[in-house]
Amino acid sequence: MSGVGEILLEAKNIGKHFGGVRALRDVSLTIRRGEIYGLIGPNGAGKTTFFNCLTGLYTPNGGELMFDGKKLQASAPHKAAQRGIARTFQNIRLFGNMTAMENIMVGRHVRTRTGVIGAVLRDARTRAEEAAIRRRAEELLHYVDIADRADDLARNLSYGDQRRLEIARALATDPQLLALDEPAAGMNGTETEELRVLIEGIRNDGVTVLLIEHDVKLVMGLCDRVAVLDYGAKICEDVPAVVQHDPRVIEAYLGGAVA
Amino acid sequence: MDIFIQQVINGLVLGSIYALVALGYTMVYGIMGLINFAHGEVVMIGAMVALTVISMLSDSGLPGIVIALIGLGAALPVCMGTGFAIERIAYRPLRRAPKLAPLITAIGVSIVLQNLAMLIWGRNYHAFPPILPTSEHEIFGATITGLQIAIIVIAALMMAGLILLVQRTKLGRAMRATAENPPIAQLMGVDINRVISLTFVIGSALAAVAGLMVSANYSIAHYYMGFILGLKAFTAAVLGGIGNIAGAMLGGILLGLIESLGAGYIGDLTGGFLGSHYQDVFAFFVLICVLVFRPSGLVGEKVAERA
Repeated sequence: MSGVGEILLEAKNIGKHFGGVRALRDVSLTIRRGEIYGLIGPNGAGKTTFFNCLTGLYTPNGGELMFDGKKLQASAPHKAAQRGIARTFQNIRLFGNMTAMENIMVGRHVRTRTGVIGAVLRDARTRAEEAAIRRRAEELLHYVDIADRADDLARNLSYGDQRRLEIARALATDPQLLALDEPAAGMNGTETEELRVLIEGIRNDGVTVLLIEHDVKLVMGLCDRVAVLDYGAKICEDVPAVVQHDPRVIEAYLGGAVA
Repeated sequence: MDIFIQQVINGLVLGSIYALVALGYTMVYGIMGLINFAHGEVVMIGAMVALTVISMLSDSGLPGIVIALIGLGAALPVCMGTGFAIERIAYRPLRRAPKLAPLITAIGVSIVLQNLAMLIWGRNYHAFPPILPTSEHEIFGATITGLQIAIIVIAALMMAGLILLVQRTKLGRAMRATAENPPIAQLMGVDINRVISLTFVIGSALAAVAGLMVSANYSIAHYYMGFILGLKAFTAAVLGGIGNIAGAMLGGILLGLIESLGAGYIGDLTGGFLGSHYQDVFAFFVLICVLVFRPSGLVGEKVAERA
């Protein structure tokens, strides 16, 4: 692991269009190791599209993504996970019919090796790996504080717990960069505060965090730097205190002329 | 002899075989939302390969059970390879195509395999050599043969093994994750192409065993046997709730019992007007009833949105 402050992710002129709709226009940004980086903007500004390009779910139409010093291959979710990028979703996408524990165990897939033959023969290496997967999953359940729900089906968890589980599943892939898509959506004040503590803890444990969020208070209180997207273009990137007072940002959010 | 008990025993034997085949349909549907209509042909290939090897060895002096195991040993890799190839050639290129396209290639593959089998083994019925020890046991006034006991026990063991595989192993978790949400499974590092291939291979291995069981049980095999067997196993999968593994097992056993009891009593019920050769009618009557009254099957859920 290299030092805090180095560039971890560099997006250069990322563009993405769907038919005639330009969802992203030449978006460039850099995220440094160890920071919590906020990505905000009005609905439809292209935040989630950027996430999807980053994690290989979409292929960008232009530009380049450099991660950890090497080019990120477009359109390969599997590769993105291997390289150390994990994410959560705006609309939670857990495996609803699997238990909380199993959801996290699936997350370990990207870091484990044994295959079919092992599954059938149950040799020593497979059993050891299975035990290690289980142990790590238990740790993560405790880490996000839902250990008591380990054996419940994911779809039966409360909304807040599902969000936590999704974060734990993402962490199970041992990411260098954790991308959270509106993790506080639908949460009440207490839950949001708990989430803030959790995200800060994740950063302190060495994972860089990229955060899309509508809760401006949470973003401003938590992020080291913030970028603002509007109509698919980056209109501002700076520390929260500066972004908050940028006239372009105020205009984007309040729409048109502000007296 | 007690007819009821006898028909229950026959139904369990038949149902065990249906269940093994139904699992192949249901696993593939669960993961890809696709009905692999060529699956019945894989069972047929299993039966034909096993029978060919067994016939060649029938005069070798080896014990019958050893010969049967060698036959199975030959059928397993051939069926697994066939299942793997079917997915690679007929379905994978159509992964993003409309759902109707792979359905049509499935029927195409089925016809190709039937004709291939006809070229290799001819149009004749092949008799299963009498190599297995014939022992009969009395229970509750009915008889059960050693072969029937073996079929029921082996099928039960294989189903238990499959449940353990799916519920307890890493591969099983990958299968369930892929079934629920392929892109997300991929994001977690699951190689979904591999999982899909393995699903076909595992289903085909069950089909190979079922093929040997059918040909041993009816002492006969021919190139066309996979069609009706496949349809019935598909019915069993729908009855249980397609996509649901426990459902396929339950549906298979139930369908076997319905058919067997129906065939046993239809003569009495219709005053001799209809005979036991109407056995096949029951399976499809069940299929129609399930589709009309409970399309999601006995233990299934949310079928409509994927079908």
